[in-house]
Amino acid sequence: MMSGDPVLPKDDAPVEGEAAALLRVRGLTATFEGHGHRVPALRGIDFEVGRAESVGFVGESGSGKSVTARSVLGLEPEGSTIERTGSVLFNGRELLGLSDKQMQDIRGRQVGMVFQDPMTSLNPVLTIGDQIDDMLRRHRGWSRRAARSRTVELLDLVGIREPAQRANDHPHQFSGGMRQRVLIAVAVSCEPELLIADEPTTALDVTVQAQILRLLIRLREELGMSLMLITHDFGVIAGMVDRVYVMYRGEVVESGSVDAIMHSPREDYTKALIQAVPRIELPEGT
Amino acid sequence: MSVPISQQHRVPPVEAGQSDSEPVLMVRDLGVTFPARRGHSAVAAVDVVDLDIPAGTTLGLVGESGSGKTTTGRAILQLLPSSGSVRLLGRELGGMRPGELRGMRRHMQFVLQNPYSSLHPRMTVEGILAEPLRVHRTVPASGIDARVDELLDLVGLDAEVRRRYPHEFSGGQRQRIVIARALAVDPDFVVCDEPVSALDVRIQAQIVELLTSLQQRLGVSYLFIAHDLAVVQQIADRVAVMYAGRIVELGDVADVYARPRHPYTRILLDAVPVPDPDVQRARLAAPPVQADLRSAPEPEGECVFGRNHREDGSPEWHLFDGGHGASCRYWPAGVRPDDTRA
Repeated sequence: MMSGDPVLPKDDAPVEGEAAALLRVRGLTATFEGHGHRVPALRGIDFEVGRAESVGFVGESGSGKSVTARSVLGLEPEGSTIERTGSVLFNGRELLGLSDKQMQDIRGRQVGMVFQDPMTSLNPVLTIGDQIDDMLRRHRGWSRRAARSRTVELLDLVGIREPAQRANDHPHQFSGGMRQRVLIAVAVSCEPELLIADEPTTALDVTVQAQILRLLIRLREELGMSLMLITHDFGVIAGMVDRVYVMYRGEVVESGSVDAIMHSPREDYTKALIQAVPRIELPEGT
Repeated sequence: MSVPISQQHRVPPVEAGQSDSEPVLMVRDLGVTFPARRGHSAVAAVDVVDLDIPAGTTLGLVGESGSGKTTTGRAILQLLPSSGSVRLLGRELGGMRPGELRGMRRHMQFVLQNPYSSLHPRMTVEGILAEPLRVHRTVPASGIDARVDELLDLVGLDAEVRRRYPHEFSGGQRQRIVIARALAVDPDFVVCDEPVSALDVRIQAQIVELLTSLQQRLGVSYLFIAHDLAVVQQIADRVAVMYAGRIVELGDVADVYARPRHPYTRILLDAVPVPDPDVQRARLAAPPVQADLRSAPEPEGECVFGRNHREDGSPEWHLFDGGHGASCRYWPAGVRPDDTRA
């Protein structure tokens, strides 16, 4: 965070106090190691996500925003190893240093995740019902029958018509937008306290994007989840979050309420990102 | 940057009756049908599409996944079997012999969405850029080296990158290489299919600027396919809105965006995120608009524009001022033309 940043949460934005924070990250660094090189991806970042709060992370490719998400989840990038230092406190529990098995239990059960590419995130050979059943049976120890019943409810919750029938379909039988709905159903199946969505609408049509954003808002209200929304697009962030962290080269360069940042950005980088959002310009008087 | 590269190879194919005013690309009654597969009947992916693209201009083609916009681009480039007529530089491409069509390919090129998969990972930049020059022999073998340097300069890349491989570049730089390859043989017409949708917003703006400046310098025409109407506004002169395989609205960008006639155009315009928290929160809080117009009932008797097509045999295409047109298909019940301004 920028030192001495006086930006205060506006209106009724949740208090940033440490007691209220569901997730509290301090001095997080991440360094990629591979082929004899060490590449810093995060250079010591601090942030909080409050209970039932919605927080955006904005930056371009290489800014470290996705590494931030994966660090909370304890996920390793493919093909290289990553070394992390600092502190990631979730519900008062330190996540850095937990074993893979302990992290697996936290992922899915307490922290749900939705990534950009809905095709590669689903197993193509299993029906989507089986994939959601599996989450419920593994994390909550439910019976096959109880899991399926909840799976159908979840598919209904995310707006899939004829959920009982569609549960028997495979991922390729769904459109891109419908697959993203399925992934969201998987992510919220165990009613996590935090949902991390990394570019959840980037590959989608604008009309479908609006549907998915509305779905995320509704689920957050119904399930009382906190949301970490990661994107390069301030247009997507604008209506979705309470607060924003702007990331550049592994650092948080600006943070504050979404209204303060978008109406009066301080950093040139933030201004450039907002300026670059393509917007429809209409001539005066129309 | 020396300019004459654009003039060197531009010998317009001659055909009797071709007038100066004929657009670079003229598409009439284009249709593409995907054959029946098990459990599914044949699908008309593109149905009765008419488009004109005058020299040195850009036509934006917008619509959502499955609307047929990519299929339209591929059919125009004769990469898919299609019905109807596609005339490039006054010459009919449909039914052309393969050898003749290959000769026409240097006049029509394409830039695809994904700069990661559209470049051969084992070829260097110079290999990638030299390939079309060798295939189409637009420059003598001795001139290829100089032409590669010229192309790199054209798209804003340093000549030193010619020995590098695609993985050494960022997404935006790769898209510059793809654009340089498309322009290598000095085409008159380029299909750009979602050329920026995989890129960061700042890089998107740079690529759109590059395409615009290249058009001004080289006079090339674009069919710019995109789902993002805001990006299309930055580059296109005219825009065609596609829905369910048909063009539902077409006109000058300024006119269509300010006075959309078709309800689907309005839906697309309203879905573009606005980088303003208050506006965007209000939009997301509003009830979603029914985007599936396919189920809209076929108009009985008079259409929304007051014509009875069955009786008077008039076309379903309705023309307004300034060549702005819209179809009376896919209008939900109760929506009148004026309502779409709401």
